[in-house]
Amino acid sequence: MIRSVMVINTQGKPRLSKFYEFQPVEKQQELISSVHGVLSGRAENVSNFVDAESIFGPDTRLVYKHFATLYIVFVFDSSENELAMLDLIQVFVETLDKCFKNVCELDVVINYSKMHTVLDEIIFGGQVLETSSTEVMKAVEEISRLEAASNAISLVPKSVSAWRSR
Amino acid sequence: MEQLKTIGRELAMGSQGGFGQSKEFLDLVKSIGEARSKAEEERIVLLEIETLKRRLSEPDIPKRKMKEYIIRLVYVEMLGHDGSFAYIHAVKMTHDDNLLLKRTGYLAVSLFLSDDHDLIILIVNTIQKDLRSDNYLVVCAALNAVCKLINDETVPAVLPQVVDLLAHPKEAVRKKAIMALHRFYQKSPSSVSHLVSNFRKRLCDNDPGVMGATLCSLFDLITIDANSFKDLVVSFVSILKQVAERRLPKAYDYHQLPAPFIQIRLLKILALLGSGDKQSSEQMYTVVGDIFRKCDSSSNIGNAVLYECICCVSSIYPNPKLLEQAAQVISRFLKSDSHNLKYMGIDALGRLIKISPEIAEQHQLAVIDCLEDPDDTLKRKTFELLYKMTKSSNVEVIVDRMIDYMISINDNHYKTYIASRCVELAEQFAPSNQWFILTMNKVFEHAGDLVNVKVAHNLMKLIAEGFGEDDDDADSQLRSSAVESYLRIIGEPKLPSVFLQVICWVLGEYGTADGKYSASYITGKLCDVAEAYSNDESVKAYAVTAIMKIYAFEISAGRKVDFLPECQSLVEELSASHSTDLQQRAYELQAVISLDAPAVESIMPPDASCEDIEIDKNLSFLNGYVQEALEKGAQPYIPENERSGVLDISNFGNQDHHEALTHSLRFEAYELPKPVMPSRVPPAAVASSTELVPVPEPSYARETRQPASLPSVSDAGSSELKLRLDGVQKKWGRPTYSSSASPSTNSSSSTSHKTTNGVTQVDSVGTSNSKARDTYDSRRPQVEISPEKQKLASSLFGGPSKTEKRPSSVNHKASKASTHTSEKSQAPKAAAVQTEVNSEPAPDLLDLGDSTSSSSAPAIDPFKQLEGLLDQTDVASNVNHGTAGAAKTPDFMGLYADTPVSGLGSSVGDLLPTNRDEFNLTSELSNATRTAQGGVTQFNKGPNPKDALEKDSLVRQMGVTPTSPNPNLFRDLLG
Repeated sequence: MIRSVMVINTQGKPRLSKFYEFQPVEKQQELISSVHGVLSGRAENVSNFVDAESIFGPDTRLVYKHFATLYIVFVFDSSENELAMLDLIQVFVETLDKCFKNVCELDVVINYSKMHTVLDEIIFGGQVLETSSTEVMKAVEEISRLEAASNAISLVPKSVSAWRSR
Repeated sequence: MEQLKTIGRELAMGSQGGFGQSKEFLDLVKSIGEARSKAEEERIVLLEIETLKRRLSEPDIPKRKMKEYIIRLVYVEMLGHDGSFAYIHAVKMTHDDNLLLKRTGYLAVSLFLSDDHDLIILIVNTIQKDLRSDNYLVVCAALNAVCKLINDETVPAVLPQVVDLLAHPKEAVRKKAIMALHRFYQKSPSSVSHLVSNFRKRLCDNDPGVMGATLCSLFDLITIDANSFKDLVVSFVSILKQVAERRLPKAYDYHQLPAPFIQIRLLKILALLGSGDKQSSEQMYTVVGDIFRKCDSSSNIGNAVLYECICCVSSIYPNPKLLEQAAQVISRFLKSDSHNLKYMGIDALGRLIKISPEIAEQHQLAVIDCLEDPDDTLKRKTFELLYKMTKSSNVEVIVDRMIDYMISINDNHYKTYIASRCVELAEQFAPSNQWFILTMNKVFEHAGDLVNVKVAHNLMKLIAEGFGEDDDDADSQLRSSAVESYLRIIGEPKLPSVFLQVICWVLGEYGTADGKYSASYITGKLCDVAEAYSNDESVKAYAVTAIMKIYAFEISAGRKVDFLPECQSLVEELSASHSTDLQQRAYELQAVISLDAPAVESIMPPDASCEDIEIDKNLSFLNGYVQEALEKGAQPYIPENERSGVLDISNFGNQDHHEALTHSLRFEAYELPKPVMPSRVPPAAVASSTELVPVPEPSYARETRQPASLPSVSDAGSSELKLRLDGVQKKWGRPTYSSSASPSTNSSSSTSHKTTNGVTQVDSVGTSNSKARDTYDSRRPQVEISPEKQKLASSLFGGPSKTEKRPSSVNHKASKASTHTSEKSQAPKAAAVQTEVNSEPAPDLLDLGDSTSSSSAPAIDPFKQLEGLLDQTDVASNVNHGTAGAAKTPDFMGLYADTPVSGLGSSVGDLLPTNRDEFNLTSELSNATRTAQGGVTQFNKGPNPKDALEKDSLVRQMGVTPTSPNPNLFRDLLG
């Protein structure tokens, strides 16, 4: 089972955090900062796996990937495969990239709730739900479409956005 | 005016439609990003909380605004501040009819609330309603919340709806419903135990996504109880086969591998089902062998599947051919440059070593490289492996290494762990008592406070009891060497408390036993200890008792005692101590030294620490005194539980407690009585138990399956398979695939087996992979191996000189040592020793010595080199033609800059993967490469180069990270 997903920037600021087993707010901060502590201490060309037992308790490990200013971290137990988790991070990032067209840290910060939507389509209740980024994209686009439709305000004519982008 | 406002608001939103945020949110993010210090950030967030509190208390907040506030609050809470004042608003938002608001509400509550929060009760009703909604997105949102918020008390309230949803027309809903059911099962197994059949049913769902989700649940169920799912082995094997044969929709391909995540899950399940079950295992051999051959080892995910195959092979009933394939993959992993693969290789080696110990010997140098790697993760994994392969012949080297590493790290958690490992290994395999004591001394010296106190007691016990060899000389020699080593160590500063206790105790018992040191010398040392660690009471207590023992021994030996002045002052100090324990000890000491020799000898007999002291639990010696008191008219004693007043009160308390328990909320009138399910066994325990399944090596070697028997086995498999799973085949297979296909698959499988049978590693795995190996092979001989490393290797993996001497006596010792350990740890340890003894008679496979190892190193095959060359040109041309070339670059995210971009010119159309993976996260990327990428992405759906550039510069301007110097945040974006 996946215990947690975190997106932390290199300064240690959380950009997205999700715990599949409830953790009180203070505990979350503590976990995030100790994860950041471990990750920032790691050299460039080492493995992407870290033993997380000292942070998350017995039978936990952590896989991370470092992108420019962000660490993307998955914490999970022995029922998952480390390499596969590494690729799941890849799926997640690929999906974000499709969503935001060349994703960057700014996108991650601003589109906070959309990040959650994407993540919820990939991981559900700590289990891997979907691993095909096209499928995830389809689902997310469907959600955005229907949400927009249910939203009266979005009836503002398209020309407005065109005008704005000038 | 109103319309203008709306437009203004719209402008403030990002370009993300429904997900957009307002300017205020952006301002918040911006100012936090700019914050120069933690304190400043804190201040901004607190201010924001104040603002939100004020806004939320206003009447009639527009819904849209409310959503905005909630999102801001989620953000604030993520930064670690309490937002509980607004939870109720989030709860209210879930009631809204607007999908966007509802989803936001659900998102917020599932992030905010724990499953036993008071507000949950207000949401359950909404969830119930939403689960019945016509809009599937509403249902999905509700299911999402269900996973996070429902606990065992509220499960019955939503269970019927969730079960109904298993038949929902939308696969997205079915998928989530099955997961939710699984979550219920995790949280309260008893409430859904009657629904387990649903998981089996969903396995045949015609959507592969739903099937994949079901596998997660089944995996958990099978982890708990494999036996009741044995009938599904055929189905799993057939599904795996179909997946491997690419019968799933293309959308599930990932890096050109068919549904690797599903394959991994299936292999995990098969590993559980086949563990210790020969019959089931035999059904799996063919398909696992196929996957070994088909899997592309150039991609990360391909290696993940291969690794899972190895796990499966090492868990199921062993098959020599598969083991051989697994060994090949492992050697490829270990020789790889990637740390990840090395890590997986070490892990896999640790699994396989239990079945075929001889494979470790081939990889000794690789293992040692990993041990010396700067990467901690890899190092620890390697220690794990060494732990598994420790024997009496290599225990000294391994434990020395472990201790060295233990000294070098600061991570207390791991230090504790590795210290306990050292102790365990030393207890089991110690080649000599001397070595054992020295090792324990080192462990205590460097990790004393982290070691279990029991270990210290065991050590004392060991020294006291000797090694049970009826050899008093050896025992006393051991003791005097212990005393000597402790006298050497005692002067060192800052020893851990536990270690000092051991030292004091040993010095007290045996310090003067061999007559080498005088009583005054030892007592002087003990006084020094008590003085140096004057704030550690237990050390002082040990020290003063040790002093007492030494004086007692002196007195009973008839020697004259000269009480040292520092002892005198110590006793005086202690008799005025705050601790009654210390006081008592001090007074006892004073009392003992004033007695005469025979009395002292009966109080403190020398070397009697192991003698049993009989305890009279009934206190029968007091009978006379009690009798006397009763005769004088005292009340007889009434045991506590028979006293009437107390009884009432405690009973009352119990009842109250019961009331409280039954007073939970009911969402339905009555429920059927449920069968009681065994509670969930932690996976770790299960894993370890499967690991412990004894696999006697010689027997499987004899039972090697002949290739001739193959067709019959798979025949049986496929015929049964038709009965069970035709539904699955029809749904995914091409129309041609039906029962008639089974003979053909049979033949194909048998031929493929023939190829693996060949001794050489001719692969159908794919040329790229042979290329990789060849480069290793050709490189390998050039690598100079330092003599030091070789020496280490031979000592780890068995050198010729060490092998013969020890085993029998050491094993004897090992079992002795383990009997010394306390009752708790006795059982497992004894078992471990047992297995060790069992495996002993077999020839020591690891100890083949250096000569064989060097000869078994792969020689360079000129043909393969040629092949490798050809292959390289192949790859190059592939890139040029833009076919599969892109897929061969192993790690797209390994971040551009290098290869793939160069040859792109004509091949843009097909290079989707690289482009898709192009990540804009680096702003440091040079402009040259950026434009190149831009040129490429034009052909894709991605943005044009100008966009990319603009965005990039925007990011730089924004300075989302506080290091950025530019204060002009968001100006461009907001106009």
